[in-house]
Amino acid sequence: MKAPTLSAQRPVQPEATTTQPRKSRLSRKTTLSALLFLIPFAIMFLSMKVAPIFYAIYQSFFKTERSGLGVGSSESIFAGFGNYLLALQNSDFMASFGRVFLIGIVQVPLMLTIALFLALLLDSAFSPFRRGFRLIYFLPYAFPGVIAAIMWSFLYQPDIGPLSGWLSAIGIDVNFLANNMVFFSIGNMMTWGYTGFQMLIIYSALQAVPEDLTEAASLDGAGWWATAWHIKIPAVRPAIILTAVFSIIGNIQLYNDPAILSKVAPGISSTFTPIMAAQQQAAANNYNLAAAQSVILALVALVLSFGFLKFTQRKEADS
Amino acid sequence: MTTAPPRTTVRRPTQSPRPSRMPWRQQRVPFSARTFSFIVMAAFALYSLVPLWWLIVSATKSREDMFTTDPMLFSDFNLWGNIADVFAQQNGIFAIWTGNTVLYCVGGAAIATLLAAMAGYALGKYEFPGRKLVFNIILAAVLVPAILFALPLYLMFSEIQLVNTYWSVLLPSLVSPFGVFLAATFARQAIPNELLEAARIDGANEARIFWRIGLPIMSPALVTVFLYQFVAIWSNYLLPVLMLNNDTLQPLSVGLVNWRERLNEGISYHITITGSLLAVIPLLIAFSILQRYWRSDLTAGGVK
Repeated sequence: MKAPTLSAQRPVQPEATTTQPRKSRLSRKTTLSALLFLIPFAIMFLSMKVAPIFYAIYQSFFKTERSGLGVGSSESIFAGFGNYLLALQNSDFMASFGRVFLIGIVQVPLMLTIALFLALLLDSAFSPFRRGFRLIYFLPYAFPGVIAAIMWSFLYQPDIGPLSGWLSAIGIDVNFLANNMVFFSIGNMMTWGYTGFQMLIIYSALQAVPEDLTEAASLDGAGWWATAWHIKIPAVRPAIILTAVFSIIGNIQLYNDPAILSKVAPGISSTFTPIMAAQQQAAANNYNLAAAQSVILALVALVLSFGFLKFTQRKEADS
Repeated sequence: MTTAPPRTTVRRPTQSPRPSRMPWRQQRVPFSARTFSFIVMAAFALYSLVPLWWLIVSATKSREDMFTTDPMLFSDFNLWGNIADVFAQQNGIFAIWTGNTVLYCVGGAAIATLLAAMAGYALGKYEFPGRKLVFNIILAAVLVPAILFALPLYLMFSEIQLVNTYWSVLLPSLVSPFGVFLAATFARQAIPNELLEAARIDGANEARIFWRIGLPIMSPALVTVFLYQFVAIWSNYLLPVLMLNNDTLQPLSVGLVNWRERLNEGISYHITITGSLLAVIPLLIAFSILQRYWRSDLTAGGVK
């Protein structure tokens, strides 16, 4: 609600430049046109992005007090930071952060290493069938995540999926849906779905590395690996940072894979990830607590991605 | 871990023919480097393809064969029968889910693209006070993933009684901050100011200039915005799960997951598996055709 009035006030400013009446009329006209183009998006943005956040913040500072014997009459009373305290003391909610952190700290570096390595191979002239491989690697990303999760939930199932059979053929007996294995199972689903996408970002950046640079290095006798390590990887640092940020944000919002796998895997609780934990509070009609948890989640996502960007920028400045 | 082995294997190509003036890219590469590269890339390709192969094979199997035959090999071809079963289930609700998915994804992405094009054009081609501020607010919204808005939206929509309607999923899908960001970046770079000025001198009004000059030039970026938003709506599974109780309003994603967990109520695996394949094929075809639009703009928007 605030922003449109703010920007609507602005067009008045150009009148200050009265010395050039023609130009001021023109700039006022263009400001008006720009506003008209912006308005449809602005209305939707404010009502579908800004308003829900403010509504959640508002809700998070209240609690519902049911009066009488649960006949339906209830009233909201101000709770201050009570819901936030409750959320932070909620062991399910906190444990869910621990889980996504655990998955992220193993899965993200592994996935990015594979993506970077594949991108380097795809960028090397000696690699065969590069076009075909690139298309294949991209396929899982074009595959909708929800369907991928359904598919993997079947693949993990010993009676109709092939995986358990293959592993037991070489003497390994695992149940992908058991308690201790679900971390691996979810990590694998994420790796399958996103490595190709991350690889594509790094690969596109690699293609922009000037040819002279790599040629000069090879004339100096640098091998493939030395060229990659000293020239190419530093040149695509921004792209690698970008993929890391994407992955970190992706982990905080982890929902589809565990939520769908939980339908068949008893090892996945209904509060496995932070979003699932918040959803469960909403389902239990604890709207105020769910609101507080949503706000915490959005804040963590923002702080983490901004923080990571700043951190890498500072490191860049240091070196 | 993965990066250690190539060091010894792939290094050779550049060391032996050192005296040559040809850059190493054009030099003859020893067999070992090619082989190593092929093995690594093929292994990952296999990893990417095996699940898809399994899905295709399984969708052609009858309810019984799925349990008794090798999961990776075809047996009796029963795909048409399975498809008939998918559409017969619950009086053809699969067709309704498909229609809903088209409405949410195609309709939502189309309108979102138009809104993003207009806003991006305004931010990219007009100088006006507050432009930077608006741009930064939109950029911040890009950093908060759409799924994190789902629960707040649900709380808000419950309050105004909008849950369990088409609008509850469609309205949030019309906003694409990332789309505005891409459209603005593209408009700024691709639309020449001279062209706009010339049109203004010829007396065209701003709306007409946008429609006849801005939109056509921006169209490659807009295809990307559309695709991006389409996928974003498809993958935002939490939003329809929260909003829609009525299964005739649900999209394919929610419906198929419900089928997945209702095995005990008589929804056999072959129905869910074949339904999943049917849901995916149009997307895979569309994306193979439109792949270049993904590539060009992921870099345009990303590496900046």
